[in-house]
Amino acid sequence: MTAAGALYQLVQSLLVVAAAPLLVGWVNACRAWLQNRSAPSLLQPYRMLRKLFHKDAALAENTSWVFRFAPYVIFGCMWLAAAIVPVLATDLPFATAADVIALVGIFAVARVFISLAAMDVGTAFGTLGARREMLIGALAEPALLIVFFNLSLISQSTSLTTIVETLARREFGLYPSLAFAAVAFLMVLLAENARIPVDNPATHLELTMVHEALILEYSARHLALIEWASAIKLFAYFAIGIAFFLPWGIAEAGDWGALPLAIVAVVAKLVVAGAGLALLEAVSAKMRIFRVPEFVATAFMLATLGLLLQYVFEV
Amino acid sequence: MEILLLLGAPLVGGALLAVFGYRRWAPELGVAASLTTFLAAAALTARVIRDGPITTFGHQFFIDSFNVVLVALTSFVALTTAIFSRPYMRIEAHRGKVTVGALRLYHAMFQIFTFTMLLALTTNNMGILWVAMEAATLSTVLLVSLYRTPESIEAAWKYFILASVGIAQALFGTILLYFAAEKVLGSGGTALLWTDLNQVKGSLEPTVMSLAFVFLLVGYGTKVELVPVHNWLPDAHAEGPTPISAVLSGLLLNVALYAVVRGKVITDGALRSPFAGNLMMGFGLLSVVVAAFLLWRQRDIKRLFAYSSIEHMGIATFAFGMGGVAGTFGALLHMTMHSLTKSAIFFAVGHAAQKSGTQIMDDIRGLIRTNPTIGWGLMLGAIAILGMPPFGVFASEFIIITTAMREQPWATPFLLVALGTAFAAIFGKVQPMVFGETALPRLPHPPALVPVFVHLLIVLILGIYIPPYLADWYRQAAALIG
Amino acid sequence: MSLSGQLINVLAAILLLIAFAMLSQRRILSLIELYAWQGVVLSASTFVVAYSTGQGDLYFSGVLTALLKVIVLPWILYRLIHRLNVRWDVETLINIPTIMLIGIALVIFAFNLAQPISAMAGAVTRSTLGIATACVLLAFLMMITRRKAVSVVIGFLAMENGLLFAATSATYGMPMVVELGIALDVLVGTFIFGIFFFHIRETFDSLDVRHMEKLKED
Repeated sequence: MTAAGALYQLVQSLLVVAAAPLLVGWVNACRAWLQNRSAPSLLQPYRMLRKLFHKDAALAENTSWVFRFAPYVIFGCMWLAAAIVPVLATDLPFATAADVIALVGIFAVARVFISLAAMDVGTAFGTLGARREMLIGALAEPALLIVFFNLSLISQSTSLTTIVETLARREFGLYPSLAFAAVAFLMVLLAENARIPVDNPATHLELTMVHEALILEYSARHLALIEWASAIKLFAYFAIGIAFFLPWGIAEAGDWGALPLAIVAVVAKLVVAGAGLALLEAVSAKMRIFRVPEFVATAFMLATLGLLLQYVFEV
Repeated sequence: MEILLLLGAPLVGGALLAVFGYRRWAPELGVAASLTTFLAAAALTARVIRDGPITTFGHQFFIDSFNVVLVALTSFVALTTAIFSRPYMRIEAHRGKVTVGALRLYHAMFQIFTFTMLLALTTNNMGILWVAMEAATLSTVLLVSLYRTPESIEAAWKYFILASVGIAQALFGTILLYFAAEKVLGSGGTALLWTDLNQVKGSLEPTVMSLAFVFLLVGYGTKVELVPVHNWLPDAHAEGPTPISAVLSGLLLNVALYAVVRGKVITDGALRSPFAGNLMMGFGLLSVVVAAFLLWRQRDIKRLFAYSSIEHMGIATFAFGMGGVAGTFGALLHMTMHSLTKSAIFFAVGHAAQKSGTQIMDDIRGLIRTNPTIGWGLMLGAIAILGMPPFGVFASEFIIITTAMREQPWATPFLLVALGTAFAAIFGKVQPMVFGETALPRLPHPPALVPVFVHLLIVLILGIYIPPYLADWYRQAAALIG
Repeated sequence: MSLSGQLINVLAAILLLIAFAMLSQRRILSLIELYAWQGVVLSASTFVVAYSTGQGDLYFSGVLTALLKVIVLPWILYRLIHRLNVRWDVETLINIPTIMLIGIALVIFAFNLAQPISAMAGAVTRSTLGIATACVLLAFLMMITRRKAVSVVIGFLAMENGLLFAATSATYGMPMVVELGIALDVLVGTFIFGIFFFHIRETFDSLDVRHMEKLKED
């Protein structure tokens, strides 16, 4: 670990946390344009966070420490996840310690805490949300794992940096297994980040809501932390997707000269990906909650097929 | 030349009947076509016995003493069935069970069915063999549902789906066979020719061949009626017209078994181990035992004899699996005897059901009084199929069981128990039907059951005395596959 | 790996994907569309194999496939469901996540089954035999899980597609006479199935195969 590496790691961690709401703002703006609405400012998410931080938190009487503790855990998990994903460069001090399975584990910890906290209040909505969250997670998590195994099979490693480096150096070719994994990853991304065919955080419709039902009892700084964590989660997923499926332009170990180019590349990719997500959300309809397991099962199926195809084609 | 006539007669006959099937003389035309086919088969048989195996038309057709046995048998049973269906289908039409259009379909499709079976038997190309087997399904499926009752539609649907799925497995087996052969013979037309395959069978890839044989066995086995892929046959037999039951049981099962045996010969050569034979013995024995015990539960007379067909095809499959000249000889003889006897039984059963107006055995009583010819036909047929001594089935079963005692002693108890069970079940059910008390009056018209007694007579004669040239012929065939 | 090899792999993967899509598709009309797409992929892969191995026969086979499976059969099926007035029929009662998991298990089984053989196949098509086997098994699964006669038949046709893919990819195509025979059988079979649908509906007033489970041992 070099000093530059440590410095870079610090910068990336802070940058990710700072930039995540901007990404959400961008996606929201794009969605508004696609829906022929006038778009909110790109900084709208920051304003909302500031507003929430300035309010006084209200807690239900029968909440335990879990409820108060959970937002910090969730925020911490997401921050850690975003920090270990190679966004700009592959030479990260943290990344050597963490691999893809740990990454999935970190997401799982956050999921467990948010569900516990939702049930902790004891309201019907919280329990309902927790149940739905687990329903989705039960299939989305293995699907995500298998997407990662797919990549591990190619790079013979579960370490994030190794995977990204192998993929970035790979000669150009047609890889059906990667395509399957990418589609599966996209579906998991939609399901895990409460995006439209699966969930719509803009509404509070009891028949369909998942994410909103979970956090219904939160207010003020707790809510702000959770919303911020969701933004970081989206950012982390984007970063993972970009690093794995569009890795070109990333700065490799020690190659600090490539950093400016890498920054431009990542920003451009994020902008395009955000717009793409907004487009996807604009053209698809929210599905019934009972269809969600089918959606996630399809993601799982695609990921597994990718894995199997990888196995067949490469052997 | 004979082949051209052999295949052309039913094909042209089918085409003509498709056009003229409405006419009153349509059944006679069908008989004429079948007769021509039979004469061609006889000429072909004579030539093969005299000159040995023939290949013609650029090696696309191949006839040796093995398949000529089945060609002769098929054309003969097709002829007697055509003769039988002439009065039988007329009666059905009179009773309003079938329309004129259905009769046309029946007569045309019967010829086409004969054609596909003969094509499957004479072709040298394993791919064409598959095509012909599938065509045989297609030509019979609409015949099974000829009466258009809900049950017959259901039976035909099951038959169609199961047979198609089965035959799809056989296609996969054929593809794998080609895959193995192409490595040795090169791609192109010759790699599926059985004669070419037979010459190079020692150098075919064993792994591929064993997999190919499994698929061929399961695929064609659906048509041989091997347990556990036998479900369609009892339904199809019970719900279809009787002549169709007779040819399905008597002929189609044989042809399917023929396809399996052709595959086995190649596989044995490639594997140099008794893998294929063991599989066939296992499935055969399973079929025998399961069918024998299911016989007890039957109430419908045609279903009863359908299960009996499963049992006998099981015996033949077992015997082919055992291999060796003796086993194969027994199997061939058994196939012949079973075809002749079972079609005779179905002819008798058809008339019995027609006269009684039901197929439920409890309602058929005292045939010997209402109609002695049918009664005796059914009784003698049942005795013959159960392997009672003067009849030919006894001879073939005797050969198979004694061979099994020598070669595969472990299997003999199963066979004996199954045969005993089958005997008790069938005899116990047929006896009251023939000799039981009945209130029905004696029927005014004696039915034309000449085919029944011709078949049974042949079976009887062969049971008592197999002419030396015939034994030679069968032995030759057995040596070819053994 | 050569470009044509990669293309074959991609087409094989798409074929497998279509097999899964058919497994989970509830609408009959969409099933027919998927079947037609399967035909497109199949003939495309035949052309690629033909091009890369330089076998003229395969071009004919590809054209035959395209004609039969992209145009004629889907058209017949379309006319059938139009005449039977089941165009918008939707099947219920299929638990898609479970079926998909079973499907994945079948794919693993198929790959294992084909592995010793595909090691011997030609370089261009070495991994496709397993996929073809998987397509066959998935179509079989579809036949078992479906309740509507039309879907069962489409399952059967899809199974035949899988077999054809095995033939083209593993062996560079069967002899021409055999392929023609198979095509004829499939065509005639589809016609007979078509006639059958009308018989079934006339008799049972529905195309649901559950009506046809009455014949059993007592």
